[in-house]
Amino acid sequence: MSDIQVYKKSPAQFNLDQRRARKSMRGQVMMFSLMIFMTIMSFSMVMAYQADVAGFSKFLIIPSLLLFAAVQVGLQLYYFMHMSEEGHGVPQMFMYTGVVLSFAVVLTFVTIVWW
Amino acid sequence: MSSVAQKRGFGATLWDWLTTVDHKKIGILYLLGGGFFFIVGGIEAMIIRLQLLTPNNDLVSAGIFNQMITMHGTTMIFLAAMPILIGFMNAIMPLQIGARDVAFPFLNSLGFWMFMFGGIFLNLSWFFGQVPDAGWTSYASLALVSEGHGVDFYAIGLQIAGGGTLMGGINFLVTIINMRAPGMTYMRMPLFTWTTFVASAMILFAFPPLTVGLFLLTFERMFGGNFFDHTMGGNTIIWEHIFWIFGHPEVYILILPAFGIFSEIFSIFSRKRLFGYSAMVFATVLIGFLGFMVWAHHMFTVGLGPTANAIFSVATMAIAIPTGVKIFNWLLTMWGGSIKITTPMLWALGFIPTFVMGGVTGVMLGTAPLDYQLHDTYFVVAHFHYVIVGGTVFGILAGLHLYWPKMFGTLLNEMLGKVTFWFFFIGFHLTFLIQHWLGFWGMPRRVFTYMDGQGWNSSNLISTVGALFMAIGITVLVYNIIVTSVKNVRVANDPWGDGRTLEWAIESPPLYYNFAQTPLVRGLDTVYIEKMEGNASGLTPAEPVQDIHMPNGSFIPFMMSLGLFIAGFGAMYRAEESWGLPVLIFGLLWTFIAMAMRSLKDDLGYYVKKDEILRDMKRKGGQK
Ligand code: HEM
Ligand SMILES: [Cu+2]
Repeated sequence: MSDIQVYKKSPAQFNLDQRRARKSMRGQVMMFSLMIFMTIMSFSMVMAYQADVAGFSKFLIIPSLLLFAAVQVGLQLYYFMHMSEEGHGVPQMFMYTGVVLSFAVVLTFVTIVWW
Repeated sequence: MSSVAQKRGFGATLWDWLTTVDHKKIGILYLLGGGFFFIVGGIEAMIIRLQLLTPNNDLVSAGIFNQMITMHGTTMIFLAAMPILIGFMNAIMPLQIGARDVAFPFLNSLGFWMFMFGGIFLNLSWFFGQVPDAGWTSYASLALVSEGHGVDFYAIGLQIAGGGTLMGGINFLVTIINMRAPGMTYMRMPLFTWTTFVASAMILFAFPPLTVGLFLLTFERMFGGNFFDHTMGGNTIIWEHIFWIFGHPEVYILILPAFGIFSEIFSIFSRKRLFGYSAMVFATVLIGFLGFMVWAHHMFTVGLGPTANAIFSVATMAIAIPTGVKIFNWLLTMWGGSIKITTPMLWALGFIPTFVMGGVTGVMLGTAPLDYQLHDTYFVVAHFHYVIVGGTVFGILAGLHLYWPKMFGTLLNEMLGKVTFWFFFIGFHLTFLIQHWLGFWGMPRRVFTYMDGQGWNSSNLISTVGALFMAIGITVLVYNIIVTSVKNVRVANDPWGDGRTLEWAIESPPLYYNFAQTPLVRGLDTVYIEKMEGNASGLTPAEPVQDIHMPNGSFIPFMMSLGLFIAGFGAMYRAEESWGLPVLIFGLLWTFIAMAMRSLKDDLGYYVKKDEILRDMKRKGGQK
């Protein structure tokens, strides 16, 4: 099916598409490596904590793990699930509403239930 | 497949209804199911009121009384009010946006059958003699010590029914986002569609917490978990939070669609465009959002501390602002309009003062220090009945009269409709107005009887008499429905004469494919615009007459829900009967097999041929 498309493309358009594809490929590979790097970091931090390496306290590791997790979710959504592309406005709105609402709930629980 | 009335046997008709995926028929099924549970809940309410008729009454025992109030609340909220509203959404919303069905017709049917089986499961508890008795809020400290299987019926039944509601909500969201007719921008959607949209979004965010809470309760009661038991390291307050994180949005899920129905009514019967349309939309969205920020106002007396109480108190009062915007817009819609007092309009007129009173007592309860006085007294009962009955139930009854012709093709008798209104309206205020004072005088809620000589006797008597009036009103309504259906006088597209939105430009009831040609929408109140410009049909087609793709009916949703229903009994008896676990597994397998059948067998639907559509168009002698 895709061969049929190629015939219709002018050379200029073909080049443009290729450049775009290459660019998005580069982005994806970079983000993928970044994500693997963060995963390795997370594992090694926990290992270091268990091996009692000085400087790796709970209060450093837990917030960094949470931060890495949040960044990874963002990268996943925007680079691999194409959230930044057109036509994703409504899903984005719903997701961010969900994030805001759950944040309010978690904040309340942390401050008045679990504290 | 023709819409021309064919003579069919009872079996074929039954099969048609069991397998239907048509949004209009599913709307009617929701109405029937919800109507049935409304009657059940109403009978429970009458028993409660009769027990409280005189001091030291012993019509029912304390235990049965607790079961009555629990089942009354649970049934009314989950099995009556919400399903009936979802029924209207199903029947009307796709017509209002010019769609031929909802986005996922199969899911729609599954949602209905899950609600129905969940509701039946919950109410079978009466036949097992083990009925939920921990209140509709089912606070963990009560629910965990409740003996027998009562609370298990609550947890599993609501789990199944709640799954159905969640599916309905998602379905409506996707439908409104993706299936609007050309030209129907968000800011041209009728208010009922808007409130359906916001209520569905609230279902999407509010029902998962309920699901989680019910699972925790299920596991704690039936599978040895310890989430809420403080002696095992749990925390009983967490249930209260989870329940109200769901529960407060739930009350707005109930009220917003009713607001939508009233908005339609005010504009139709004042024969004016809705005043402040964009402010109405904004207020609806704002209410939907703020509705998630106030749940702890149900827990002021738990001891959350002054800071938390103050924050939730202020947030609660803030919701009064968008609600007030709505009230004023309705009043200004009527201002200068040429008002026609029909039955739906009568309900709408009765709604405004009633709901305002409920809102004012809501702000009073939202004042944390005052709530310490009023919490768990009859004042609270009065408050939430003023908003739930005065808002949601009035809205349902108004919608029933307004949309009856669109759903069934006949017009309910206006005289009887007004009789219903006056009995119900007077009965309602007789019942609940006095309860504010009962609360001030210290009568606690959820007590099965009271002593003589506390000055509560005559107020309780008045209250019970009022409840009888409401029962008479509903009986007249049922009579009206029967008489109207037997007479079967068919009505035209727009029996009210002043319909402004798309549903009033097509047949009553619509053909099964709704619109022969998808309409082009040219503004808010598009049918009104067309008519003002001399287009008597009210519709401008956006496409040529062509084949229409339609989904096939399916029996699988029924089977999937049945599996969950069976599995529920297995889960409940797993610990004490040897057959429990096998039945649980059998039921789940049943559901999974049904799901697999749906996934493996492609069902591509069918086409309504152009010839048939042209024939239908000629028969009704309309355009062309
Ligand atoms: C709009 C539709 C509304 C519905 C359907 C509704 C429903 C309810 C229900 C069912 C309860 C009883 C909870 C229980 O079992 O303890 C309740 C309590 C309460 N409502 Fe509403 N409500 C609505 C609007 C409001 C508004 C507008 C406010 C305030 C501005 C409000 C404030 C409260 C408060 C503070 C309580 C707790 C009272 C207590 O527990 O002592 N409600 N409401
Ligand atoms: Cu609330």
